[in-house]
Amino acid sequence: MPGDRTNLPRLALHVPEPQFRPGDAVDFAGVEIPAAGAARRPDTAEAAGEFRDLAYTLVRVLDENGRATGPWDPKLSPETLRRMLRSMALTRAFDERMFRAQRQGKTSFYMKCTGEEAVAIGAAFALDRDDMCFPSYRQQGLLIARDCPLVDMMNQIYSNTGDKLQGKQLPIMYSEKRFGFFSISGNLTTQYPQAVGWAMASAAQADTRIAATWCGEGSTAEGDFHSALTFATVYRAPVIFNVVNNQWAISSFSGFAGAEATTFAARAVGYGMAGLRVDGNDILAVYAATAWAAERARTNQGPTLIEHFTYRVEGHSTSDDPSQYRSAGEPTAWPLGDPIQRLKDHLIGMGEWDEERHAAMDRELAEQVRAAQKAAEGNGILGHGLHQPLDTLFDGVFEEMPWHLREQRQMMLDEETASGRPWDRK
Amino acid sequence: MNMIQAINSALDVVMDRDATVTVMGEDVGYFGGVFRATAGLQAKYGKTRVFDTPISEIGIVGVAVGMGAYGLRPVPEIQFADYIYPALDQLVSEAARLRYRSAGEFTAPITVRSPFGGGIFGGQTHSQSPEGIFTHVSGIKTVTPSTPYDAKGLLIAAIEDNDPVLFFEPKRIYNGPFNGHWDRPAENWSRHPAGEVPTGYYRIELGKANVVRAGEAVTILAYGTMVHVALQTVADMGVDAEVIDLRTLVPLDIETIEASVRKTGRCMVVHEATRTGGFGAELAALVQERCFYHLEAPVERVTGFDTPYPHSLEWAYFPGPVRIGQALKKILKD
Repeated sequence: MPGDRTNLPRLALHVPEPQFRPGDAVDFAGVEIPAAGAARRPDTAEAAGEFRDLAYTLVRVLDENGRATGPWDPKLSPETLRRMLRSMALTRAFDERMFRAQRQGKTSFYMKCTGEEAVAIGAAFALDRDDMCFPSYRQQGLLIARDCPLVDMMNQIYSNTGDKLQGKQLPIMYSEKRFGFFSISGNLTTQYPQAVGWAMASAAQADTRIAATWCGEGSTAEGDFHSALTFATVYRAPVIFNVVNNQWAISSFSGFAGAEATTFAARAVGYGMAGLRVDGNDILAVYAATAWAAERARTNQGPTLIEHFTYRVEGHSTSDDPSQYRSAGEPTAWPLGDPIQRLKDHLIGMGEWDEERHAAMDRELAEQVRAAQKAAEGNGILGHGLHQPLDTLFDGVFEEMPWHLREQRQMMLDEETASGRPWDRK
Repeated sequence: MNMIQAINSALDVVMDRDATVTVMGEDVGYFGGVFRATAGLQAKYGKTRVFDTPISEIGIVGVAVGMGAYGLRPVPEIQFADYIYPALDQLVSEAARLRYRSAGEFTAPITVRSPFGGGIFGGQTHSQSPEGIFTHVSGIKTVTPSTPYDAKGLLIAAIEDNDPVLFFEPKRIYNGPFNGHWDRPAENWSRHPAGEVPTGYYRIELGKANVVRAGEAVTILAYGTMVHVALQTVADMGVDAEVIDLRTLVPLDIETIEASVRKTGRCMVVHEATRTGGFGAELAALVQERCFYHLEAPVERVTGFDTPYPHSLEWAYFPGPVRIGQALKKILKD
């Protein structure tokens, strides 16, 4: 009888649920961690289809004892390793200081990258200084590794007189052209096709520079992600796509971006792109994967997608409280450990570092951050009066200011006079 | 030249002068565009400067923003303005704000060309006029020509402009100046003075309107196809209207508008786009604010209806001579 469906099985909607919620005991035994050194390292000149297996494993160099092993070991000098360690430690010290500054009311907002320092800093060491980075908001390590003055970063966070973005942008949405760091947007993944366009332009101009871009695993669900990967494959653009899979997109676990069914590196396979899945807490693996992808890009072999398998140790931002949606035990139980500790152990194992030097470095970096903060606060903090001339509000909407903006600027200046609150004289 | 040839000529002239100008979009390369606007350019300038793209408006505009950040001057095409919406985030959140949010460190000197407007039995998704969505966005310029001569001069100026420009091409008048009388034979540009287009370089400054008919009785503000419909209607009715082709919607030529309305004392706004929240509302408000004591009648808006653009009922929907004529009678009565 038409329309009679009573004898058919009922459908059921699957809504993903993370393994652990607040109060749950955490056991990450189910997370598959291949042994360090086990993944093969193919020639970069091979066709993208030749290394699909690497999209489903984990490229790892540092083993449980802190030893570097296997074909991906980049065999960096102890001096380089110490510089990497220092950049990671400085990034963490910076984050801690700025997080506290937000809690003290000196600025409105901050986002830490705790536990993910290796992702940005490993890449920064593998790329050339003039390769262009299109980051998301959690790659402050790129700026620190490229020696951006901390005071400049803090000036932006404080929206003060030293802020070259003139207080126009939310804290941490840096723009640093001189350090190859593209203007950060609040709109997720928009930087992905932009990085492809930059890379296409570089190729069209027969330049030698490449582009790299970052987004979180949650942001891979955006349409820009798909468009970017399609364009990059079509034009064989010299670009590196980094997906920082830190397991969480604010309160949503990675299952809501598709992680229950596959890996994020595996997205590359369907686009005909090289894809690598990397231990994101192993800076040597991040470095080696980025160098490999950069070599592919520089030799016109096309784009590479790298999934950095890591864990977001802290809340999403200063506006977030992760204890509301995940177990407090997760960060410490995370099986890939802490990227700083792992590199430190490695250097100590090599006889190139020790606890005393590490403690001294941490003290020195804390002092460096404190001094930078003092200098930045000398330029003012958010909420203590106006730090930029009032009428800069209208600068830069267009190259030249049209009549309607000139009129509105005058209206604002008149309001300021009428209000009796001289915003621009503090 | 017709308008397509004028646009093609503008691209040719500006690509010849500036090696960073790069044309991209669906079917624009080898094939030369579904409207032929880019015909011959790939053969002349090569595939790295004129290329076909995947069917992804987000990608087209997003990639163009990145190319602009590198230092190129991209001219992406969106095949129909009806299909610009997937690119909205890249236009509104990125292209329009890049200069502002980076305090000038990065800019998006891109010109997005897109055929718009109805009158061609294009139905719901080949007829829309979405300009009002973009005039609402700070940081984007919006331009629309009404003749081949203007199309070339304005497009060259748009491409050379360092701000992002949306260049809406009224496809109904690609071949000839449609006057709204769909039941009469179509005209073509060869008999129209504005069909005379110099082959070389010239610019028409953005932000400058054109008084296409001087008059004393009423000011008509129009752009694109509607300029010709308005001109024909006032000619048929023997009304001494001043017809202003705005050419650039943002930034708007407020001086020309104000001077005209102060002279005539009456103002009518005409556009194909739907009425509510359309650009006509902004024009009416500006005229009311700035010319209130000169107005002898309320500002009239003649627009498309607040419905999706229909197929079979096109001429009932299109703001043609009858709708403009009735509004003229009303505004001139007082």
